[in-house]
Amino acid sequence: MNNKILSQWSRMGPRAMFGQFMIDIGKKNKDLMVISADLGRSSGLDRFKAAFPNKYLSVGICEQNLIGIASGLAREGYKVFITSFAPFLSMRASEHIRMNLGYMKHPVNIVALGSGLSMGFLGNSHFGLEDVSIMRTIPGLKIFSPADSLELKKILFDLSNNKRGPSYVRLTGIPGSPIVYEKDYKYKFKKPNILSNGKDCLILSTGSVLGQVKVASKLLKKSKIDPCIINVHTLKPLNIPFLKKYINNFKYIITIEEHTIIGGLNSVLSQNFISEFNNKKIFNISLPDEFGPTGDYEYLLDYHGLSGKKIFRKIKNFLKN
Amino acid sequence: MKIKKDNLKKYSLLSSQIRETILKASFECNERTHIGGALSMVEILAVLYENYIKKNGLNKFILSKGHGFLGLLSALYCKKFISKKKLSSFQKNGSELIAHPIVDIKNGIESSNGSLGQGLSFASGIALSYKKRKKKGKIFVLVGDGECYEGSNWEAAITATELNLNNLFLIVDCNNFQNDGKINKQMNWSNLVKKWKGFGWNTIKGDGHNLQTISNALKKIHKNKPTVFLAKTTKGKGVKFMERNNDWHHNRLTKNLYLQALKQI
Repeated sequence: MNNKILSQWSRMGPRAMFGQFMIDIGKKNKDLMVISADLGRSSGLDRFKAAFPNKYLSVGICEQNLIGIASGLAREGYKVFITSFAPFLSMRASEHIRMNLGYMKHPVNIVALGSGLSMGFLGNSHFGLEDVSIMRTIPGLKIFSPADSLELKKILFDLSNNKRGPSYVRLTGIPGSPIVYEKDYKYKFKKPNILSNGKDCLILSTGSVLGQVKVASKLLKKSKIDPCIINVHTLKPLNIPFLKKYINNFKYIITIEEHTIIGGLNSVLSQNFISEFNNKKIFNISLPDEFGPTGDYEYLLDYHGLSGKKIFRKIKNFLKN
Repeated sequence: MKIKKDNLKKYSLLSSQIRETILKASFECNERTHIGGALSMVEILAVLYENYIKKNGLNKFILSKGHGFLGLLSALYCKKFISKKKLSSFQKNGSELIAHPIVDIKNGIESSNGSLGQGLSFASGIALSYKKRKKKGKIFVLVGDGECYEGSNWEAAITATELNLNNLFLIVDCNNFQNDGKINKQMNWSNLVKKWKGFGWNTIKGDGHNLQTISNALKKIHKNKPTVFLAKTTKGKGVKFMERNNDWHHNRLTKNLYLQALKQI
């Protein structure tokens, strides 16, 4: 895996790359079904569809029905991946997910496109602001939030090669979002990944916003602040012992996420480390509990303080106090 | 097509057994149960479980109308899918046998339901997998007429025709009642016939308590369309004081009423 390939993947963006990776998975899995609710093209699945017409299905614009059909196929032993935009799956079809993937435990993999703010000018109707919060309450549903296309590939392969049960994979970022992993690395299910082993503060983050965290980190280093950055790619189940070890070692802890303050990474951590956080300085950068403005992705990240520069400034100020 | 007298006798006997089991299980749990809607589907269950649904068989039955579980449970007991001991745990604290089905494949319970409008999509997924693998077998689903208000049914209705799922067989238990009373005109039997036809389904209608009619209906298969049987039924069927009396949608049977009901069936 060289840097050239990874740059190319970044240029293509997570949605197109999802479609590409599914082709590799399609070659190896006889009983695979990829189903979309009229967003096959948006999921980069055109080539997949051409390569494996029998493994692809478009059910039309009907997310509730999408979940039911996927559930029936999974019951019969198919490996099923389904795609649509994050709010249409996590909210419109939420109760169907609860019954079929939660209550009945059918191992369907939901790939939620365009989560966070990545839908830009399409606006709040299309944003995935609260999907983690909602999906997290469904027992047994695993939640993944890949940082870039390489990590997405590793998560998809892990899900297709192992019996992980029902899952929700949250795609954030757009074509051109910064690469987080500049070279190949070892992905392990559930195990958070250390991106940078600094000593001055601990940054816990998830999803493609880690690309901005890395930009911030470079600026922090120039200011002689060396952060430890952990990529919490799996929000459920959370690897508590692993994270506890790191949290115990730091006084200043920063959580950064492209999700509302309610129910996302910050909530996950606060809830699990309530006593650990007691004597620490905690700072959070996330989306507010409101419907914000619309604009391009770069504008929106910056507006919400999630651009590399803003993250840098906020952390610097936080550490000063 | 006239069915053999022997078969008709078998269906009739099983119907009586199911009806009796419904009353008994309801009385013995000493809790409120969905009796009315269980009694309206008895004959349909009798033909299905006498003729089509076998332990580990290829045909499947999905109860989308989850609150009819007392009926399904009784059929499963009468056809020896579950033991007497298991049946006696119905609606007891901690039991898996409650008002709505909880999936338990080895005991013949194919899905968890209770939230209406979900069974048809799930059954479509199974029917699709059968088609893809060229597996024989029919996937039967039962929904209520009131349940047809759920929009997700119509999402499934569209894809089932587009996918040519002719191995999918839907039964609508048209007992003309829902939780709060009579169903609205829009969802009455004759309007439902028009609606399903309009959605491109092979549509059959008939008396949902007439064993001959049900038996003929369930045999139907279209060359490329899914089939729906709009079964006109009576809520509380068989027990005079329960028939069309929605107080028995979800209610408790006292000993007195239980004995009275037993005499009537």
